[in-house]
Amino acid sequence: MKAAPFAYSRAADVEEACALLAADDSARVIAGGQTLVPMMAMRLMRPTRLVDIARIASLSYVREDDDGVAIGACTRQCTVERDPLVAKRVPLLKRAVPFIGHATTRARGTVGGSLAHADPAAELPLIAVTLDATMSYRAGQAEGELAARDFFTGLMTNGLPDGACLTSGRFPVWQGERIGTGFHEVNARRSDFAFVTAAAQVALDGDGKCHRIAIGLGAATDTPLRLEAAEQALTGGTLDDAKVRDAVRAALADVEMLSDLHASADYRRRAAATLARRAIADARAQSLGNAHAH
Amino acid sequence: MTETLHHFRYVASDRRVREDRRFVAGKGQFVADVDLPGMKHVALVTCPYPAARIRSIDKTAALKMPGIHYVLDGAELAEATAPLMNGLDTPDVPRRPLAHEVARYSGEWMAAVVADTRALADDAAEAVEVDYEPLPFVLDAEQAMDEKSPLVHAAHGSNVLLDKSFVWGPVDEDFADSPRKLSLRLKWARSATVPIETFGVVANWDAWRDMLDVWASIQMPRYADQIAAALKIPLSSVRVHHDVDVGGSYGVKRGIKHTVLAGYLARRLGFPVRLIEDRLENMRGGDAHGPERLFDVEVTFDDNGVVRSMKMRALENVGAYAGRSPFQLGKPVGAIVGPYKIRSVQYRAIAVVTNKTTQEAVRGFGQGPTNVALERMMDEVADALGLDPLEVRRRNLIRHEEFPYTIPSGSAYDSGDYETVIDKVLADTDYAALKAERDRLRGEGKLAGIGIAACLEPSGGNATFEALLNPNITTSTFMDSCRINVDGSGAITATMHTTSSGQGHETLVGTVIGEALGLDPDIIRVTRPDSLNSLPSGTPVGSRMAIMLGGAAFHAAEKLKTKLMTIAAHDLRIPFDRAVYDQGNVYDREAPQNWRTWADLVTIAYRNYHRMPPGFEPGLAVSHVMQVPTGGVLPTADGRVHMYPCFAFEFHLLLIAIDPDLGTPQILRYRVGHDCGTQINPKIVRGMTMGGIAHGIGAALYEEFAYNDEGQLIAQSFMDYLLPSAHEVPPVKIIDHETPSPHTVLGQKGSGESGYLGAPAAVANAINDALRPLGVSINTLPLTVSKLGDLIAQARGR
Amino acid sequence: MRIELTVNGKKHALEVEERTTLLDCLRDHLGLKGTHAGCEHGVCGACTVLCDGAAVRSCLMFAPQAEGFAVTTIEGVTPGPGELSPIQDAFCETHGMQCGYCTPAMILTAHALLADNPEPTREEIVEAISGNICRCTGYAQIVEAIALAAERMRGANRAVER
Repeated sequence: MKAAPFAYSRAADVEEACALLAADDSARVIAGGQTLVPMMAMRLMRPTRLVDIARIASLSYVREDDDGVAIGACTRQCTVERDPLVAKRVPLLKRAVPFIGHATTRARGTVGGSLAHADPAAELPLIAVTLDATMSYRAGQAEGELAARDFFTGLMTNGLPDGACLTSGRFPVWQGERIGTGFHEVNARRSDFAFVTAAAQVALDGDGKCHRIAIGLGAATDTPLRLEAAEQALTGGTLDDAKVRDAVRAALADVEMLSDLHASADYRRRAAATLARRAIADARAQSLGNAHAH
Repeated sequence: MTETLHHFRYVASDRRVREDRRFVAGKGQFVADVDLPGMKHVALVTCPYPAARIRSIDKTAALKMPGIHYVLDGAELAEATAPLMNGLDTPDVPRRPLAHEVARYSGEWMAAVVADTRALADDAAEAVEVDYEPLPFVLDAEQAMDEKSPLVHAAHGSNVLLDKSFVWGPVDEDFADSPRKLSLRLKWARSATVPIETFGVVANWDAWRDMLDVWASIQMPRYADQIAAALKIPLSSVRVHHDVDVGGSYGVKRGIKHTVLAGYLARRLGFPVRLIEDRLENMRGGDAHGPERLFDVEVTFDDNGVVRSMKMRALENVGAYAGRSPFQLGKPVGAIVGPYKIRSVQYRAIAVVTNKTTQEAVRGFGQGPTNVALERMMDEVADALGLDPLEVRRRNLIRHEEFPYTIPSGSAYDSGDYETVIDKVLADTDYAALKAERDRLRGEGKLAGIGIAACLEPSGGNATFEALLNPNITTSTFMDSCRINVDGSGAITATMHTTSSGQGHETLVGTVIGEALGLDPDIIRVTRPDSLNSLPSGTPVGSRMAIMLGGAAFHAAEKLKTKLMTIAAHDLRIPFDRAVYDQGNVYDREAPQNWRTWADLVTIAYRNYHRMPPGFEPGLAVSHVMQVPTGGVLPTADGRVHMYPCFAFEFHLLLIAIDPDLGTPQILRYRVGHDCGTQINPKIVRGMTMGGIAHGIGAALYEEFAYNDEGQLIAQSFMDYLLPSAHEVPPVKIIDHETPSPHTVLGQKGSGESGYLGAPAAVANAINDALRPLGVSINTLPLTVSKLGDLIAQARGR
Repeated sequence: MRIELTVNGKKHALEVEERTTLLDCLRDHLGLKGTHAGCEHGVCGACTVLCDGAAVRSCLMFAPQAEGFAVTTIEGVTPGPGELSPIQDAFCETHGMQCGYCTPAMILTAHALLADNPEPTREEIVEAISGNICRCTGYAQIVEAIALAAERMRGANRAVER
């Protein structure tokens, strides 16, 4: 199980990375390589050149701006896991990161790598979709942005233009104190890619009613899915169990689920409903708890 | 033996395992660490179809690639070598390292590419062009029995390799008389032991000495014999190096096809050749899959739950070629009724070939699946009568005072105290309280169940199941050996004559000899001579090494003691029976002040021949070749056979909870009562038991070599073939009991398998207990999350 | 290509094919055979080494990517010939292994854990080693080894509870 031959270049900066990518259609960016390397080892991917961006210091940061936290593409997952700003401002991300692979893969794996790989069962794409993150990239001299819903275009495919290098993901921060989050996965072994993943973030108003809610599902469909119908149905009301159950069920009614060796489509449909309910319940409880704490 | 049990000096004490020192420093010597000058690397070309005729193989492009030395195809190899050994007499089902004319499973090896590096070999393997004509194929064992199905081996005329029926005792009578019957269909999915080290071999041919040197990650009886036969060279021209540490095996490391391939290449090409499977080769074409078995069990029982008679049909899907794997239907005969007094049994064993990967031996050699069928059956009997499953088992257990106990198929169980083991477990974990905890969980809306399983671990090896299934085989011994040499300085070196894969055999030999000689085991060097310098060894299969290697070491040490006492008695001028051996020294029983030290005796034996008994062999070298206790008897004409000498016992008790919405199981408590007689090294025994349980949990819940309808193995990487991680294995409390075996030197029995033999049954019973309130049951392993989730949803009507 | 690696405190200038993994580089170019290949696709953890003290999988890194890191292998945590580190000794004490194939990786993972968390709970130990598959032991004696090592390294010279 050895990779096919390739050339290797370590880019000094994003400009050089883009130039290398532009010069070779079959070149690929590598950062942590935790997903790319096994695919290359099995020869499922055969880039002719690897453009290593991991040492570009300007792509490794966690930074807050007006209403979001931007994370450089080469920021390692273990860094995000321990970052106090992420914990405070993007608590859903904080909650989800420990579910990514193992500590040994989070030590090398990057935020940009996971987003760009666009595995629907991966945690970071789901959080990006759930929170409406924005992905920034550089293509040649041009810079651009893609909203999460436009970034994840299909199973393991992203909407970056050819030759582009993802530079950051920016996660919007919800203002206010009564924010709660929930994150649940089901899998055979705890550290595997999930059969279904559900994420929810909730903001309650003073009366305990749902001021704002975002619900995302991963691993169920080709790209992470927002349960927008459920969000609309639940906004403005109390998040009691029956209402949540009905709203989630309705939102899932027409979704066609993936099926594979490990989980049938029927299984995924039921698990999606269960996990979404649990994620919302956790988010609601945490939100109420936060209110009491303040 | 019993009365000496508590006088052990080293045996049964909590001593370290000597092999561990090299392993913690990364200084084990694994086959991939063998680095010979000029060594070249092999990669395999694999078949993409489950069945195909090979029209042609074009090597031209591959041979032009950089660093390539050779491309070997099946035609050349078949011409030059004999087919690999078969267990059954099925000459029209030949097995070869590379497919010849027809390929019979997806992943089968078509050609071998030899290059300067493994990466270059991989590159060239892609450039070998094979022209295939895809053929119809069959994957399912029951379909394979249908006469209209495609034949895997056309010349054999059928897909059935073995179909043999046995009747032991008055089965018809018992079935006719019995008030109650039930039947059960159970499927054990194709899984295996999947060691973390893949199989590997390094071979080198020395044309000036006519010698094939082999270093391999091997655990296989008669390995060198099979290499020599296939390569058509004298057995004395094969030298297997036993000082290779094997990175896990648990049965499957039987890389004979790899070795014949590498050996042929080394001889053909004149340089050392290394074939280390990569993980995909290992999973698809390494021929290391385990049993895939369908059981139909029927039993009769009375109103008290006493089981009288059992009919069992076991249908085994052995994959594309035979090898020894059909014999895995034979070993379970040796304990076909488990620890229960079932008085008559009908057994039908069927092995069929299909277009799946070839099977090899797996921990327990077929006993694991059989035990699930037996133990699920006991639970079904309890359920049918509304009785507690523990109580039903108690009513059927063989009692302590009934040993030795001969079961209908002919095995005489050596010893046991099953009731006491169970009582000890229940003294630790109150059964009523456990049931109350289960019911409390159920009250909270969870599905919760208690799983009980007993199991026997037949141990000591004695492959008379071969003769049972193939009357042309007349082997009635399964030896092991030990040699001890005390050198001229008085230092002790003992030998063992096979490889080990983590069982701590060097510690075993050192401990037993130390015990016998009354000397610190740590001063006893244990080495592994190569196969040409070895005495016979049956290798670490059949849970036999504590009994057989331990036994051989003990007997050799006894011979040494006798030798020392003879020399001392002569030198002290006393009769032999007045000589007393004590921790290396020998004294006169009647005048203890007169003695000869170890150093004195070494001096006499090595340098003072004039002080030796006349004609006595100088030096202090002894050896012992041990016959398996209770062995030496072939099956009777009516198919009864005594197999293994010893029978260890385990009792598993666990509590499981299943998330009713997701189907995810969680083992909350796990207790095991374990009786393998005397534990020579308790750390090793505990590790074996725990490891077996983890492996059994894998087989019950996670692991399957799953195929799709197109005949492709879809669980071919570690992403899809799910080995339990530390998260999935719960803490297990092991409660020991010790019923010595009367047949072994220290009272020991085997301990490498019972964790694996009991755990799948206990887990399956726990899950079925959890499902019972829903009115459904499941008997198709593995009991995956998705399968459970779907079943629960169906039962709840949504 | 030409690369420079720092392994166990020593700098090595090497000529490697770009596609050489760190795992193969350590074994085949530097002769450090204590790092083992298990799956070569990043699941089993048998190839774990330390990069700047963090446990990583050496099969998931091409050798050129490892330039600039301080790489530590099992040979680098062994104090000297025949001498054991406290963690290695604890693995011997509990017999936290059988075949020894996954053992160096387990020990390095334990090193990384205990450097970060000198007093791990059972759950934290389990989480830390959950990316290292052991097929022999069922993990119990490995977990005990790490707990024992932690206890000894903290200076509390009590026997580990079973």
